Amino acid sequence: MNKVLDVRKLSKSFGGLAAVTAVNLHLNKGELVGLIGPNGAGKTTCFNLLTGIYEPDKGSISLHRDGQEYSLEKRKPHEICRLGVGRTFQNIRLFRDLTVLDNVRTAMNRTVKYGLFSALFHIGSYHREERELIEKSMELLKIFELDGKALELAKNLPYGEQRHLEIARALATEPALLLLDEPAAGMNPAETAQLTRTIEWIRKRFDLTILLIEHDMSLVMKICERVYVLDYGMLIAEGTPEVIKNNPRVVKAYLGEVAYA
Amino acid sequence: MKEDFYMGQFLQQIFNSISIGSIYALIALGYTMVYGIIRLINFAHASVYMLGAYIGYFAMTYFGLGFVPSILLAMLICMIVGVLIEKIAYKPLRNAARIAVLITAIGVSMFIEYGMMFLVKANVRSYPPMSGFLAKSFSVGAMTITAQQILILAVTIILMVVLQIVVKTTRTGKAMRAVSQDREAAELMGIDVNSTISFTFAIGSALAGAAGVLVGVYYNSINPLMGMLPGLKAFVAAVFGGIGLIPGAVLGGYFIGAVEVFVAGYGNSMYRDAVVFAILILVLILKPAGLLGKSGREKV
Amino acid sequence: MKYIFALLVFAIGQLLVVTGYLNDYLFSTLTTLCINIILAVSLNLITGFTGQFSLGHAGFMSIGGYVCALISMRIPTVPGFLLGVLTGALAAAFVGFIVGLPTLRLKGDYLAIATLGMAEIIRIIFLNLKITNGAAGLNGIPQFVDWMWLSLFTFSSIILISNFIRSAHGRACVSIREDEIAAESIGIHATKYKVTAFVIGAFFAGIAGGLYASYFYFLRPTLFGFSRSIDILVIVVLGGIGSLSGSVIAAILLALISTYLQAFPELRMVFYAVALVVIMIVRPQGLMGSKELSLDLLKGFGRKRQRGGS
Repeated sequence: MNKVLDVRKLSKSFGGLAAVTAVNLHLNKGELVGLIGPNGAGKTTCFNLLTGIYEPDKGSISLHRDGQEYSLEKRKPHEICRLGVGRTFQNIRLFRDLTVLDNVRTAMNRTVKYGLFSALFHIGSYHREERELIEKSMELLKIFELDGKALELAKNLPYGEQRHLEIARALATEPALLLLDEPAAGMNPAETAQLTRTIEWIRKRFDLTILLIEHDMSLVMKICERVYVLDYGMLIAEGTPEVIKNNPRVVKAYLGEVAYA
Repeated sequence: MKEDFYMGQFLQQIFNSISIGSIYALIALGYTMVYGIIRLINFAHASVYMLGAYIGYFAMTYFGLGFVPSILLAMLICMIVGVLIEKIAYKPLRNAARIAVLITAIGVSMFIEYGMMFLVKANVRSYPPMSGFLAKSFSVGAMTITAQQILILAVTIILMVVLQIVVKTTRTGKAMRAVSQDREAAELMGIDVNSTISFTFAIGSALAGAAGVLVGVYYNSINPLMGMLPGLKAFVAAVFGGIGLIPGAVLGGYFIGAVEVFVAGYGNSMYRDAVVFAILILVLILKPAGLLGKSGREKV
Repeated sequence: MKYIFALLVFAIGQLLVVTGYLNDYLFSTLTTLCINIILAVSLNLITGFTGQFSLGHAGFMSIGGYVCALISMRIPTVPGFLLGVLTGALAAAFVGFIVGLPTLRLKGDYLAIATLGMAEIIRIIFLNLKITNGAAGLNGIPQFVDWMWLSLFTFSSIILISNFIRSAHGRACVSIREDEIAAESIGIHATKYKVTAFVIGAFFAGIAGGLYASYFYFLRPTLFGFSRSIDILVIVVLGGIGSLSGSVIAAILLALISTYLQAFPELRMVFYAVALVVIMIVRPQGLMGSKELSLDLLKGFGRKRQRGGS
């Protein structure tokens, strides 16, 4: 089994409030794993810890890639992205006043080789690389059927397309590990079904390992191979969707929440 | 013997710094309360201070009013001006981008300062000389303490005590603290957020107005741009002590006052202001929450 | 394209100078205008495009001005002047780097105040240095600025900054303005780009300072105080944060208004003040918002393109 992500005893408190306590999770290459739990359980906090927005109080986060092991705990978000972790956000964080094309292009900055001088004078490889950026971005946008709207401002897209754009932008960074934070939030069943297919498709196409936070249980049940369940910042269950569905602790944690189908 | 002299000098500097520190503290309180309640650096605050000085000047020179009526008048008018500024310029932008409100605040301060300059001309005016008690000075050992310095300290203490009482015991005071912590929750609890904000501006502006009159009496000369530098330094004081925290403003005011007096007295008076700004930069970089503050966090 | 437009403007200007239509008074106004344009587009890069609120732009201008003056006063030739302007700009950029690195981690109001503090410290230093002659300032700086140099530097500034914005680096800066956390999540090193924009902005402010010194032939610390920084900010805000053509248009507009209000300097500031407040309340995006006027207006009509595309 080749692990891509190995998280041990991850803990984080804010003031006196323990947001995440001693969480252990791992992802193997190519897996699609779910992270669920009631609101406030600490799922997004976990994502923020994984992507360097918060620094953990305790614990370790290791990313394995191309035979190398990288510890992520003390790294900055942009470093972690460059090591191969991409993410989307619970409340969409697109660059609203930029075009669809720009949102994706900017995510490919890592591959840009021309320097400041070329940027100021538009010489050297500037023109060639800019062309390549546009080509690569359009290819990516085509997958999500957004190529036709390349010059639209991101804020003018309908909600579902904005979510897709955010995923496309994350993919533009060529991640090995993709963290999706409630990608189906606010979607109707038809859109959710389409999203499910899209996620399956990109996993194969881009050889991704995916960790997915979701409230929509139909999505989780359908595509997640394994599921971790958080409650009050602690891991209360782990297993296949079938197993955790019937886990009494999990059911209890969700009591009072909207029941899943 | 020499030690007595240096000790005397040192104590004198301390006493001088108390006077200037009181002024900075009074102004800083306005900055800190407004920042605490609506997260705005009220650039216009310094011009309200200047207005207070001019009102005191006109009250004493043209209406022959004594010190107490003059300072009360200045406080009253500045209170009204402060509330007006908030209603006209800041309230419409309450949900706008921070940079927009900041620019507006700069605009308002410029409007008042240059408007004043246009109206009363840029030349320096002098407060009428004080008579009676206020003209006296006392010798204590090697130090000289003027009655005016005592006055500044006395007025400042009185105002701060009043402020404390208002903030800690009255409903509006409690409302102020609630709105500072969470505006939406306060609103849901039935607090009239608009009046509370106006009230905050009113108190802060009144204090600034008082500071203006005190400065007029102590330093004697006033001019339309007199607010810029003290305003900036008072803001540094508020940040140093912990922006948004009332004790922080007081602490910061006296600290900056002391720094100024001692740098000028023992070091190089030319670089006095630069030192104050350097303190600002250092605080912002090392501990932006200030001496008494706790750091906040953005929810992601 | 844009180079042809620039050449055209230069040619017209040169013609006016040679035939004497552009007399000293008008040229003086034109110089002030061009210097303000350079200052405004460079501040716009920092504040408008990268979203870092800087209230200390005049500080960088003063560094450029003083360094240029000190050099060109010792080497009063055209190469000396050019050396002065470039060295001044590099000095300003260097200070921008030193200042930017620690302070650009601050956000919003805090950054604004920190930059204000920095500019004040710079001003106080110049006020007290012997070499800059303190409050009396420097006099008799050799005047080398003519229409050729003025237009060259002005157009270069606009074109280079515009180029930068339409590059990957520039887009990174804009993404930071839009959402810094999201930008970091896609691999953009926020601090690096903020400092880059800041340094470039400071560089061109330094150029403006050098030009100022080499035309108006005297420098005093009071010229570079808070009100100068505000002057520039008004132009940027009026024109539209995030629009270079907006900055140019606003600079022209305000130059006209300044000329009319010349007899009443306080009124001019009062007008600026009212303008700031009114714009912020009524139309915070300024005249042009974040759109650009395409320089193809020579083709008959001004096309407004969406910001962000190239």
